[in-house]
Amino acid sequence: MRAALLTEYRKLVSTRFWWILLIVMAGYLAFLAAVIAFSVNAGSGDGSGGAPGVPASSGVEAATIVYSLINAIGYVFPLVIGSLAMTSEFRHGTITQSLLVEPRRGVLLAAKLLAAVPLGLLYGVVACVAVVVGGAPVLALAGDGAFLGDSEVLQVLVYGALVTVVWAAIGVAFGALVTNQVAAIVVIIAFTQFVEPIARVGLASVDDLAGAAAYLPGAAADAVIGASFFASMGSAEVLSRGAGIVVLLAYAGALALLARWTTLRRDLG
Amino acid sequence: MVLGMSTAAITVEGLTKHFGPVTAVDDLSFTVRTGAVTGFLGPNGSGKTTTLRMVLGLMRPSAGRAQVGDRPYVEHARPGRVVGAALEASSFHPGRSGLDHLRVYAPQVGVSDARCREVIDLVGLGAAASRRVSGYSMGMRQRLGLATALLTDPPTIVLDEPANGLDPEGIVWLRGFLRHLAEEGRSVLVSSHVLGEVQSTVDDVVVIARGRLVHASSLAELADLAEHTTYVEGPDRGAVARLLEQHGWSAEVRGAGWMVADATAPLVGGAAHAAGVELHELTPRGRDLEEVFLRLTAPPTTPPTTPPTTQGGDAR
Repeated sequence: MRAALLTEYRKLVSTRFWWILLIVMAGYLAFLAAVIAFSVNAGSGDGSGGAPGVPASSGVEAATIVYSLINAIGYVFPLVIGSLAMTSEFRHGTITQSLLVEPRRGVLLAAKLLAAVPLGLLYGVVACVAVVVGGAPVLALAGDGAFLGDSEVLQVLVYGALVTVVWAAIGVAFGALVTNQVAAIVVIIAFTQFVEPIARVGLASVDDLAGAAAYLPGAAADAVIGASFFASMGSAEVLSRGAGIVVLLAYAGALALLARWTTLRRDLG
Repeated sequence: MVLGMSTAAITVEGLTKHFGPVTAVDDLSFTVRTGAVTGFLGPNGSGKTTTLRMVLGLMRPSAGRAQVGDRPYVEHARPGRVVGAALEASSFHPGRSGLDHLRVYAPQVGVSDARCREVIDLVGLGAAASRRVSGYSMGMRQRLGLATALLTDPPTIVLDEPANGLDPEGIVWLRGFLRHLAEEGRSVLVSSHVLGEVQSTVDDVVVIARGRLVHASSLAELADLAEHTTYVEGPDRGAVARLLEQHGWSAEVRGAGWMVADATAPLVGGAAHAAGVELHELTPRGRDLEEVFLRLTAPPTTPPTTPPTTQGGDAR
């Protein structure tokens, strides 16, 4: 397994995509953090609500909403980089050579899942830095402060980075299930940018289904970090932190098992 | 792991693969001798690649089995050290350098960076080692595939159509390379749809068509199936023509003389001598192995393209 992990590490760092996507993520999150930090504070003084679509808030709550963008918006990045670990092997045909040196397909998948941990952590830490760099100055200047020393804010940042690790692993498992690279990326973007946000708001507005929204992966992740850009928009139920972690890991595990017994069982031709 | 002396490098027994209604490989059996270079020949689509993928554990056989040494490929503790394989020339990440491609797999087969350097030099890619594969030509990709196969210095090597996409210079290089591998005593299974590409390097041939074995023997025995063609020319054209007719040799006029099919030069010369027919030229034109290969692999419904000397049941 040690050799398999070293192989996965070398696969990653010998190509350029991981740091290109990392830079894109950092820029995107820093920009959005600044915009949202400005928006949440914009209308907080008169209580009439913030900019359209963005809830007005202030103080620590405003800060946590901004910093929680790590998850609310940022989770598409670890998902994509994780999925590429598997889909790029199928796209470029390197899966053949990978399975020649390690015919045990479960070991290959496990190595990729484990290799996603340090990669996800790197993405998580960079995402933290990005939302702080983008959001903190605006919060400090236009709002009530950056609250970087506040324990609630620190929890959002630390758990935000940790949740990113799980997103990367979910990405690996999803890529193993949907091995077509284009299809995997399209599904990830569509799900994270449209389907889940709409589902969360939509489910939350129907009384009988409000509880179900909490089990969507993004909502479970929000429960883990303890703050949510989306939760602040509605009154959706939120899981406990422990339950959120379990739900997220269950997504990763279920997708990985499904992939192992479907796509990874197939002939390679 | 100790292999018995009698163990074949690769053993294929009753190997069969169905893709839906299509039978890609049909009850195929053959062995690859230890220390020999075996040409695995057949037209495109005859099931060569599917067979090799089953041998290497990438596809599951519908029936039958394939062993590398004494067990199936996937049951070796470190299969990459037992068999080196190059299956398709395009399966590299385009953004990775040639050297990094080798370094990626090095940990799992237990070789050092220095060895990666060594093999990339060995296949003549030393100068391009740190360039990204996207800038490689087809020939360079084939060489990188060979380097990958040689990474662990394995006793057995499997190459699928290594000559595909090579220019004439590359094919000459490949021949020398295969000969070099053979001299080192490795067992090599090399597939090709053109016999001529590997003719000068293989010891044995396994010929398949439509997924079935049509011929397996040493190259020399395959050559015995080939027709000897002899060019004959004499001053008395009528006498030479009568001589050929008397012996029932099929011959066609070529310039001032005749090309005699399926007769050796000593045979034709001896007959001419016995009949007192003067000859001015008597030249063996060798054997056309490619013709035998085409005859062996021709679809059963269409008649052979070459003259009527098909050797009984061999064509099937």
